[in-house]
Amino acid sequence: MQALYAQLLVGLINGSFYALLSLGLAVIFGMLNIINFAHGALYMMGAFVAYFLLQYSGLNYWWALILAPVIVGLFGILLERTMLKWLTGLDHLYGLLLTFGIALIVQGVFQNYFGSSGLPYAIPDLLKGGVNLGFMYLPIYRGWVVVFSLVVCLATWYLIEKTQLGAYLRAATENPTLVRAFGINVPLMITLTYGLGVGLAALAGVLSAPINQVRPLMGADLIIVVFAVVVIGGMGSIMGSIITGFALGVIEGLTKYFYPEASNTVVFVLMVLVLLVKPQGLTGRAA
Amino acid sequence: MNSHAGHPAAVSHPASVAPAASRKTVLKVENLEAWYGESHILHGVNFSVSEGEVVTLLGRNGAGKTTTLKSVMGIIGKRTGSVEFEGQNIIRTASDKIARLGVAFCPEERGIFASLDVRENLMLPPQVREGGLTLDQIFELFPNLKERLNSQGTKLSGGEQQMLAIARILRTGARFLMLDEPTEGLAPVIIQQIGQMIARLKQQGFTILLVEQNFRFASTVADRFYVMEHGRIVEGFANSELEANMDKLHTYLGV
Repeated sequence: MQALYAQLLVGLINGSFYALLSLGLAVIFGMLNIINFAHGALYMMGAFVAYFLLQYSGLNYWWALILAPVIVGLFGILLERTMLKWLTGLDHLYGLLLTFGIALIVQGVFQNYFGSSGLPYAIPDLLKGGVNLGFMYLPIYRGWVVVFSLVVCLATWYLIEKTQLGAYLRAATENPTLVRAFGINVPLMITLTYGLGVGLAALAGVLSAPINQVRPLMGADLIIVVFAVVVIGGMGSIMGSIITGFALGVIEGLTKYFYPEASNTVVFVLMVLVLLVKPQGLTGRAA
Repeated sequence: MNSHAGHPAAVSHPASVAPAASRKTVLKVENLEAWYGESHILHGVNFSVSEGEVVTLLGRNGAGKTTTLKSVMGIIGKRTGSVEFEGQNIIRTASDKIARLGVAFCPEERGIFASLDVRENLMLPPQVREGGLTLDQIFELFPNLKERLNSQGTKLSGGEQQMLAIARILRTGARFLMLDEPTEGLAPVIIQQIGQMIARLKQQGFTILLVEQNFRFASTVADRFYVMEHGRIVEGFANSELEANMDKLHTYLGV
């Protein structure tokens, strides 16, 4: 049983990253109509910024949680303003190719300077150790990652579904021209939305640094699964992205326990099944 | 109202069909041309709207009426000529800035957002000026909306959606409204309600530029008419001259 709970926890942690990343992808896709293949590279940058902050500025993990999403988010805003904005109105394929190219360049640059091996990032003192829950041993940091990710996901959901700003965002996703004709600066909103999505990816990167080490290709490995998660969940819904992210992490974890051989493929098998039955994804709106 | 609308000269000098000169000109469109991609839709449109007027653009499908409204709103990609709103040329201005000047647009397809409930749809357009209608005043005009505040926007009936689409721009404080075929596809009783609403808005001093296919409806609310054909204004006359122009209108509109 211990092993089952342990795998469940691993699943929840992976699910946290899936949720944070697919949430950002969904928001970006909604507003920019871009399938952001650079998402994994930006997640990796989040982890590296945390590493740099600690290494060169002495700013610890807690600072990194705030600063890394802001810094990488600003980098995203720069990408949007200089490149992505020119893709408005073009086929998805162009955005996909451009962001894929950006991901390769960013990852290549980091690999050039840091190689492919992982750089260690220590768990912050406050979150070291663990607690015995009776049925399992819970490392505090891992519990923190799950809870904090959930809080961030729900806060993002609240922002988008329950606030006036979110109403602008949802409306602009449907009909940007009309929202702009109401007096809202939609191009600025698009830029900030990309920054928000990128910031979420960077935040996931910071959370991941103490668990998975900081590696140039950490995002490249993860993003493939995240895209499968997005396909399963569908791009249409914020809550759908969150739930699908966590659920698939858990399913992956359970598979590791019950049938480890399939744990790397289960998400993709599910993706195929969902595509067969509901091509727009579980929560997606038909295009 | 003194005008020479019957003369062809009126076409190129729309000022001659303008109402009493004492009123301030709100919108003055001169030699407006517009394109959708490669297709040239407007070929030099000239007209003006004065403060407090209800002016209707008539014309067949494809004559360029909607494109004219969209060009004024700044949501047509390529446009040339001059569009002056309250004395300021806005031909190069982005649509969000135009809205902030006090221009409000209600599109033909109504543009109710499916992912927003009625309340969110209603509260969506930001206030651009002081003096917009309060929610109470809006519910007085459109009692149905109050009961449906928590419904999904697109679950409303066509008439309710139209009312929501108009209601939300009344909140913003914009005093110049452009309504694109507000009666399209609606039941007579609803059309009547919209007519009463337009009359009340006019009473309250709103300036309204209306696009209509429903000529009968337009004749009950408009002060003046312009007739469009092939991307130009070909005729302009006051409501009082309607009878005298009926034959011509029938030819233009093919009704």
